[in-house]
Amino acid sequence: MNAPEKKWKALIVDDEELARQLLREMLTSHPEIEIVAECASGMEAVKAAAEHKPDLLFLDVQMPKLTGFDVLELIEREGLAVIFVTAYDQYAMKAFDVHAVDYLLKPFSRERFEAALERAKNQGPKKALDAMELSAASRAPGQFAERIVVKDGTKVTLIPVAKLDYAEALDDYVSLVSEGKKHLKQQTISGLELVLNPALFVRIHRSYLVNLERVARIEPYGKDSKVAILTNGIKLPVSRTGFTRLKKLLDEKN
Amino acid sequence: MNERSTGRTWLLALVTAWLVFATLLVVLLTTTGGMSRGAAVALALPLSALAQAVAWSAQYPCRSAPLARIDLGRLILTHASAGLLLSFVWVGVGWSLAQWLDSGQYWTGTAAQFSKLQTALYGAAFSYYLMGVAFHYVLQALDASRKAQERVLESSVRAREAELTALKAQINPHFLYNSLNSISALTSIDPVRAREMCVALADFLRLTLGMGDKALIPLRDELALLDKYCAIEKVRFGERLTLQEDVSEASKECLLPPLLLQPLFENAVVHGIAQMPEGGWIRLQASCEGERLSLAVENSWDPEAGSSRKNGVGLKNVQRRLEARYGREAQLQASAEDNVFRVRLEFPAETEKSQ
Repeated sequence: MNAPEKKWKALIVDDEELARQLLREMLTSHPEIEIVAECASGMEAVKAAAEHKPDLLFLDVQMPKLTGFDVLELIEREGLAVIFVTAYDQYAMKAFDVHAVDYLLKPFSRERFEAALERAKNQGPKKALDAMELSAASRAPGQFAERIVVKDGTKVTLIPVAKLDYAEALDDYVSLVSEGKKHLKQQTISGLELVLNPALFVRIHRSYLVNLERVARIEPYGKDSKVAILTNGIKLPVSRTGFTRLKKLLDEKN
Repeated sequence: MNERSTGRTWLLALVTAWLVFATLLVVLLTTTGGMSRGAAVALALPLSALAQAVAWSAQYPCRSAPLARIDLGRLILTHASAGLLLSFVWVGVGWSLAQWLDSGQYWTGTAAQFSKLQTALYGAAFSYYLMGVAFHYVLQALDASRKAQERVLESSVRAREAELTALKAQINPHFLYNSLNSISALTSIDPVRAREMCVALADFLRLTLGMGDKALIPLRDELALLDKYCAIEKVRFGERLTLQEDVSEASKECLLPPLLLQPLFENAVVHGIAQMPEGGWIRLQASCEGERLSLAVENSWDPEAGSSRKNGVGLKNVQRRLEARYGREAQLQASAEDNVFRVRLEFPAETEKSQ
């Protein structure tokens, strides 16, 4: 025997106990794969992924609160091979778009499972997508985000878009302001703009994206610039093109 | 019949009516009136055309006084006045024509001969108007019965359609896939439970497919189906799913369309329990008070899970099936408050004995 191969660290994520047991059982004949954790929810998965830095992820799609796609948005994808395991065939395209290695449909045979594993080993991890590409890819065209998932350290927060006041660009991050709290997310403001409904959110400035419902009024500021005053009193700069966009939306509304 | 051939039929009928009326008029004018044949034809052709217009225009008073919705007095009044007015116009036009013919050199005396026949001509015009009235009323009646037939057909087609989509929607394929996956897992972990689950799944399918062709079943049978369904889901969700039942003995005998509650349970599982990592409960209440059967399916629900809007299809199906069966006698209310999703149904209570 040669020097022992590098062990693969695998993470199993499924909200159903039996589904996890099935994967565990199928992996028993693969000593080169070590199951580092089993997670019953997306939240646990995000935590476990940060802790164990797995190489292989078996991921269910439909889970409470965080879906499989949400989980991918929140974890480090570098060096990670993802195999989706679900009873729903309608996510296959999406899975392909987020560069999953394979897509196992429940129930699956041992042969099919082995093929997926083989693929993961040969192909290795695919190029990781950034959060923007990911959140855009996991959404059907014409469908906009209903909530935004943010990770502060190990804590995951879900922000319903209706509760988002505005977003501010901070280099590679956006600061999301909701109910008086700020959340940082690694995403560009243009990326965020793409997934939000343009009838509800307006880019009023290069660095600001605002919830139209929160805009109380617009006031002139200085010689030829303007500020938007939100219902909670916060003032945000409005650029000239931003003002045109804002005015157009407000006119459409009235 | 297509539109063009209908048009041709109408034209043919009109020309025939015109010629027949003109011929009768010529006969009347030449024999009783003693008019010369030439003058009679010259008078009869345009007057017959006008008579057709009179009969045709009878449709307007007919429309304003539909037989089904008017009393006899008003009916007589409407048509007597319209008929008198139109025959007055008709005879007036005939008289002017006769005057004009009279003024020429060939048919002198026409005007006098025409005047002699005035009473008969009034009568002819008035009766022709009445014939028009009768004709239009017959048309109206035919049209109404055709429309009624169409409506009946349409509503029965719609009821059938609702029934079919409802039944097709019953067995959610993902429910099957997930159950089969559980069985696949159990075969090596716990073969006895795997077998039990196979049996439960087979029972569920047998009951579901067997109920499809029945119009009504007792609540007791629906409960048996729900039992199987929940047994299967309990294997999948384990401790995460708890069930509560509050069903009165009397209500178990009441009849309801088959598979009415099952989609509500499925919604409760898919949108309620499956969205909560710590699990939740489903509660069924059934009671039969007086003439009404009231049912309620409640489940714990996380408003922030954000999957409430997909609830629509199953609920809409239940609503449509209730409407198809009970019309306005049925009520369905769905509400979500305090982390509880609740669907209430109420409809007339029937039992096998009462039928």
